Amino acid sequence: MIYFLCMVLFAIGLYGVLRKRNLIKIIIGLIIIEYATHLLFILVGYRKGGRSPILAPDQEILKIVDPLPQALILTAIVIGLAVTALIVAIAMRVYDRYGTFDITKIRRLKG
Amino acid sequence: MLELYILLSFMIIGAVIALEIKDMISSVIAVGAVGLGVSIAFLILKAPDLAITQLVVEILILIILIRLTLKRDLPFSTSGRWLLNTVVTFIFIAVFLGVAYFAIKDLPEFGSPILRVAGTYIAEGLKKTGAANLVASVILDFRAYDTLGEATVLFTAVIGVITIMRKIGRKKIDEVVNEEDE
Amino acid sequence: MKKTSKRGPREPGMTLIVKTITRLTVGLIFLYGVYIVVHGHLTPGGGFAGGLIIALSFIHLMLAFGKDLALKKFSKAAASIFESLGGILFLTIALLGFTGGYFFLNFIRKGRPFDLFSAGIIPLCNIAISLKVGAGLFAIFIALVFLQILKKEE
Repeated sequence: MIYFLCMVLFAIGLYGVLRKRNLIKIIIGLIIIEYATHLLFILVGYRKGGRSPILAPDQEILKIVDPLPQALILTAIVIGLAVTALIVAIAMRVYDRYGTFDITKIRRLKG
Repeated sequence: MLELYILLSFMIIGAVIALEIKDMISSVIAVGAVGLGVSIAFLILKAPDLAITQLVVEILILIILIRLTLKRDLPFSTSGRWLLNTVVTFIFIAVFLGVAYFAIKDLPEFGSPILRVAGTYIAEGLKKTGAANLVASVILDFRAYDTLGEATVLFTAVIGVITIMRKIGRKKIDEVVNEEDE
Repeated sequence: MKKTSKRGPREPGMTLIVKTITRLTVGLIFLYGVYIVVHGHLTPGGGFAGGLIIALSFIHLMLAFGKDLALKKFSKAAASIFESLGGILFLTIALLGFTGGYFFLNFIRKGRPFDLFSAGIIPLCNIAISLKVGAGLFAIFIALVFLQILKKEE
């Protein structure tokens, strides 16, 4: 059930990407999709009553949540930030060229 | 896990507000609320490394997006084939959610992951790498190739941003080119 | 974050209140980033989070005082050099693993667990990654900010 709520968040981002005209709204939709994906990975790796994957000197290892999705998502978050910056740079260039963020007006490929 | 449901509902509401509100600054701040909700969710799900990283990344994304919205051109046009587009979009999303509902049934149940690979990491991580933080031992020892690839992607993104934003080569000849902006 | 949108178009930097508080806090933020990087193998954090916090401290300086002072502390060439240095350091550590057998071998002695100097190559890799991530994101931010300033001059 909680996976399905995560998917609903994904679908909202998808709606923004597909339906919105403003370029900023499309970027915001992409960011929401990214968050939903990261959250789904961590939800799959959660263990009920588990401890965080940091060992302490005088404690027995009993139940620890899955460290593998956390390691994968840790790199994915930083990549997501870099890719978002790249998209923002492209959007600013588009604004310079065409003077608008409306994607229906960006038709012609001016030099 | 009631708090997780509440948090996810809050994030869904925040996402809807971020997409539907007309003022751009409010929209960006709503995205910031969603990102901080993700950070708290990571903390509840026992992933403190991710919570720290997500918090800082969220602040940076907020700065970058506010930088983008400083150009005050905010078109809101709904002309064209509005009804057809909306209907097609909603049909697509309904199909997506239906497929997702059946795909989710194949995932392991919430709270009991399959620890086939990670079981080895948990059992032998401290002995083999000597690091107390298992996430650090996974990303820098067991799966360091992954991190190397990530570094490459980051480098490529930096090159891309600098190439797109530079001025030389895009200007006319009579304009003065600032030397600092390589 | 609302402070960033409040920046006046003319004067470099923000008001006196923001500048004073920035002067007090920016060193602490930088120190916290260094702490997170160095203790990355013992406590939550690591190279990615620490590098981001270090980059954020310089961005904080740039937002409060304008671009000139921040670039005087950490110029664009320095960002480029540090990023390349981080990448090369990481790759060198990986290649040094060939002295014992294979790529990314943990070739240094592990030491006692839960010490600061333990876990072989992991702290070194953390430092390399933090250099790379911090310098890379600061370079991205410089590139995004410069366009605004150039447009104003036109």
